[in-house]
Amino acid sequence: MKDILKLLEEDSRYTPAQIAAMTGKNEEYVRETVKRCEEEHIINGYTALVDWDRTSEEAVTAFIEVKITPQRDDGYDRIARRIYQYDEVESLYLMSGSFDFSVIVSGKSLREVSRFVAEKLAPIEGVTGTATHFIMKRYKDKHRAFIVEPEQEERTLFV
Amino acid sequence: MMDYEKILSKNVRSLQPSGIRKFFDILDTMKDAISLGIGEPDFVTPWHIREAGIYSLEQGFTKYTSNAGLIRLRREVSLYLNRRFDLKYRPESQIFITVGGSEAIDLCIRTMLDPGDEVIIPVPSFVCYGPLVTMADGVPVYVETKAENEFRLTPEELRAVITPRTKLLVLPYPNNPTGGIMERADLEALAEVLRDTDITVLSDEIYAELTYGQKHVSPANLPELYDRTLVVNGFSKSYAMTGWRMGYVCGPEAVIRQMLKIHQYGIMSAPTTSQYAAVEALRSGDGDIEMMRDSYDKRRRLMLKGLRDMGLSCFEPRGAFYMFPQIGGFGLTSEEFCTEFLREERVAIIPGSAFGPGGEGYARICYASSVENIETALSRLGGFLDRLRAGR
Repeated sequence: MKDILKLLEEDSRYTPAQIAAMTGKNEEYVRETVKRCEEEHIINGYTALVDWDRTSEEAVTAFIEVKITPQRDDGYDRIARRIYQYDEVESLYLMSGSFDFSVIVSGKSLREVSRFVAEKLAPIEGVTGTATHFIMKRYKDKHRAFIVEPEQEERTLFV
Repeated sequence: MMDYEKILSKNVRSLQPSGIRKFFDILDTMKDAISLGIGEPDFVTPWHIREAGIYSLEQGFTKYTSNAGLIRLRREVSLYLNRRFDLKYRPESQIFITVGGSEAIDLCIRTMLDPGDEVIIPVPSFVCYGPLVTMADGVPVYVETKAENEFRLTPEELRAVITPRTKLLVLPYPNNPTGGIMERADLEALAEVLRDTDITVLSDEIYAELTYGQKHVSPANLPELYDRTLVVNGFSKSYAMTGWRMGYVCGPEAVIRQMLKIHQYGIMSAPTTSQYAAVEALRSGDGDIEMMRDSYDKRRRLMLKGLRDMGLSCFEPRGAFYMFPQIGGFGLTSEEFCTEFLREERVAIIPGSAFGPGGEGYARICYASSVENIETALSRLGGFLDRLRAGR
């Protein structure tokens, strides 16, 4: 299973036939494993890594530190749920250290994201403070560099 | 006018630039072809290794090193060979650092040969051995290894070509281009043949880290061969460091001491920046090796299945990163096959005939390329074969 997951993490477009060939398993086994992983939420979806900066679309992403007061019984989870249900929220992590949640929020403009923080996120009961950091440039995401490095000069040689 | 034909060395003029010049001429004009031709890792050197090279420059380490290379690099080589291959060499006297494995091979040959001495070279294999032997006034003696023997050199084949003039036996395993390996029992059988001779083994182990399913065994692992073996290895294939030109040679002190003289006069010392990077590679690069090998292995399986699915007979390579399928039987020489495939489908693979006698009827395909390139190349090869089979 680990081999299959690693390959899908590398490129989720690999077909079951390709994965089967690369791992030495049969195709049926690969299909079943992937299906089971999806059912058990080991695999939670497939997506593309888009660099919106290379399009004409306006896009803004912010990383927001959120401090909260944990609630009786539910601890952090109830507040987390109240945050991550918003479509604007790309990612949400519970952190160790000087703040509690790390929230990644994306929107069309600075104003849109700011409004989300001011009007939706900050007023949630239990949230005691936020610090918003706008992302200026994305160099690397999910092990992929977003910067295109120059190609080495063409070579003809025989090795 | 100078008549250069008259004044140039006969030895140099006798060398073939490449057995398949025409093929390379076409490849030269075709810059957009998918190239599965060049035999090198498709990874960039891991960052921590590059960073160590950069840091050495920042510190101003830009002078020569000692002729044999940085002692701390030789110590790391010694530790590495012991850790990974159970090989024991003293860093002070049995190891020195060369400009790639290629220089090391050249030095071994030049150190051992007197004019007229014979060097046994199993083929198909990498192209450098024969020409280097010729340049050292030696005589290359080629032995064709066979697919049915998984391209191993058998004791019978070896025995048949040994003469009183035989000085060196080249063992190019894991093999480029076949992907064949030699296991301990195979080496023991050769050791038996060599026992009563004075033949030295030149073991080119540049692909030693790239074996699939079994660990590489060096002839120097056999006590009966240790004293007569020169081990050549390097950083190019195992750490994706081809451009750094870092190799090394290990062997009996008496040989290494003589060999170092040629290196001293011809090279001085291997590049200093590269040596500092190499120290870092050996200190903390084992994980990189595993990662890359694992990645090649996946692509190896993918390509092998692809080739076999289209009906090509192909030995399952057990080392290096090449497939060597049989492409004979279409009425084309391997050079014609690869040339037409390149022209029609814009994919570069290397005719087996480039790797010496015994390579005809095969082609070498490097699978150190992206899965996308491999899939595209396979699909074009499938189409090409269909047309050949249909008589076009």
